[in-house]
Amino acid sequence: MPNVSVNGITIDDTFAEAFGMRATAIVITAPNRKWARQAAITMTGFATSVIGCGCEAAIDVELPPSATPDGRPGCRVMIFAMGTDELQKQLLNRVGQCVLTSPGSACFAGLEGSAELKLGSALRYFGDGWQISKKIGGRHFWRVPVMDGEFLCEATTGLTKAAVGGGNFFVMAESSAKALVAAEAAVAAIGLVPGAIVPFPGGIARSGSKIGGKYKGMIASANEAYAPTLRGVVRSELGSDINAVLEIVIDGETNDAVAAAMKAGIKTVIELGPKRGAVRISAGNYGGKLGKFIYSLKDMLP
Amino acid sequence: MKALTFTLVAEPPERLDLSPLTPERLAGIERRDIEKIQIGMSKHGSKVGDIFRVAGNDPLDIVFEGGSTRLDRVAEGMRGGSVRVVGNAGAQAGRAMRGGTLTIEGNAGPHAGSGMRGGRLEITGNAGEHLGAPLAGELAGMNGGVLIVRGKAGAFAADRMRRGLIAVLKGSADNAGSRMIAGTLVVAGGTGEMPGYLMRRGSILLDRAPKSLSPSFVECGAPESVFAAVIDRHLIAEGILKRPLLGIAPQKYGGDNAVLGMGEVLFPR
Repeated sequence: MPNVSVNGITIDDTFAEAFGMRATAIVITAPNRKWARQAAITMTGFATSVIGCGCEAAIDVELPPSATPDGRPGCRVMIFAMGTDELQKQLLNRVGQCVLTSPGSACFAGLEGSAELKLGSALRYFGDGWQISKKIGGRHFWRVPVMDGEFLCEATTGLTKAAVGGGNFFVMAESSAKALVAAEAAVAAIGLVPGAIVPFPGGIARSGSKIGGKYKGMIASANEAYAPTLRGVVRSELGSDINAVLEIVIDGETNDAVAAAMKAGIKTVIELGPKRGAVRISAGNYGGKLGKFIYSLKDMLP
Repeated sequence: MKALTFTLVAEPPERLDLSPLTPERLAGIERRDIEKIQIGMSKHGSKVGDIFRVAGNDPLDIVFEGGSTRLDRVAEGMRGGSVRVVGNAGAQAGRAMRGGTLTIEGNAGPHAGSGMRGGRLEITGNAGEHLGAPLAGELAGMNGGVLIVRGKAGAFAADRMRRGLIAVLKGSADNAGSRMIAGTLVVAGGTGEMPGYLMRRGSILLDRAPKSLSPSFVECGAPESVFAAVIDRHLIAEGILKRPLLGIAPQKYGGDNAVLGMGEVLFPR
């Protein structure tokens, strides 16, 4: 099937290829929205890619006070990793260093999964013997004394093995500014999709990579086929109208969440149109043999 | 299937032990055999058929129509299903329950919910002394589950409680939460003298300042408490209370420092 054009934007006849991951989620609350976001942003810092960060994490959705267990503003944060052990380690390190430390914070399970990960049941040792265990309505909490009162933390949270990491699409435009406008619009739309995160800075990756490289030890390196400055030098995927490519990488709680996020993002880019945003949309894959999940772009069109 | 109903014919001539009449122990028993179960505790030796008119056939849904303070050990050790007493109950109602629901639409005698480990016991009237508490010689009292008293509770409510939730909504007598090991005791409507006397751990949550505390309790400030917010919301969601009990920053007293001292008494400032 040839490439199609929707609203003046070329949609490549290709697909995104994604992988099975382990994921968990927590709900962080704080006295106000600012500090709920602050704790969530801090704990999801340096969590763009499993290649170098150990996990991929971001805020899934912000929660109004009516939707949190303690009636305060909150954020649902999702964390993805390749294995359960690494996910457990990242969860405890990040909550311990970034949420426990954040003023007025509390931390609750954000996922009911097939297995459990330790949360408060490990962090409670910070209490040095003064921690208090409370079971309220079938849920187990730990209360750890801290300098502004108590850190309340649910004992465990859920783990899902059905998560998907690496759903993606490329936003390709005539200029960097237009590419950024289109990518930002896509990220905003994906932000409304529950169960999906975009872990890169502001949800956008500008250094989409290929596997390996010419230097020993490089796990990933420049994707020269999509680098506009190399357009004439290498076998490029870019036509003369493309001067900037930005990638949106999506991790989802389920296969459906990734698909919904891709659809939402692509729909927004298409609606924005080629004059203000992207002229072409593509996606990254490894030939379809490595990833368990395939998202064909033509199935993701609005 | 219709609820298995025991209708009290007249005031019993003796104290009755109703512990054989639980969903587990009545499962698969014919009605005429149920009527032969001995429940009288004196030389009368009354049988079920002497005291109650039995109707219905669903042992998972048991109803005692008509109550008496002589109906002891209602639903003792029940693990599932529901038991409802329309009227008063005697001593040790719901003792050692592990699951299911027991509702007493009237008053309960002493030791209601004694040593219960699970399930839900609700008393719409008042409860006697030693609510949820251990019998003589036992180490721990209530060990899980939810116990709600819509009226008042007698002295030593939640004595030696170890786990679970007890809520008393119209006030308790002296020494509520004495010797608590852990768990949560909620008392709205005021407490008698010295709640939490010799408590080791656990939480006693009140709707007002206690009129006295053992001198070995110490004032611990009133920082904002997420725990208070979570338990307030839980109590409202469960239909136990209509309004928040503690608010966001309750006053805390810690104690009892005559023993371990890791318990707390919380109340709104």
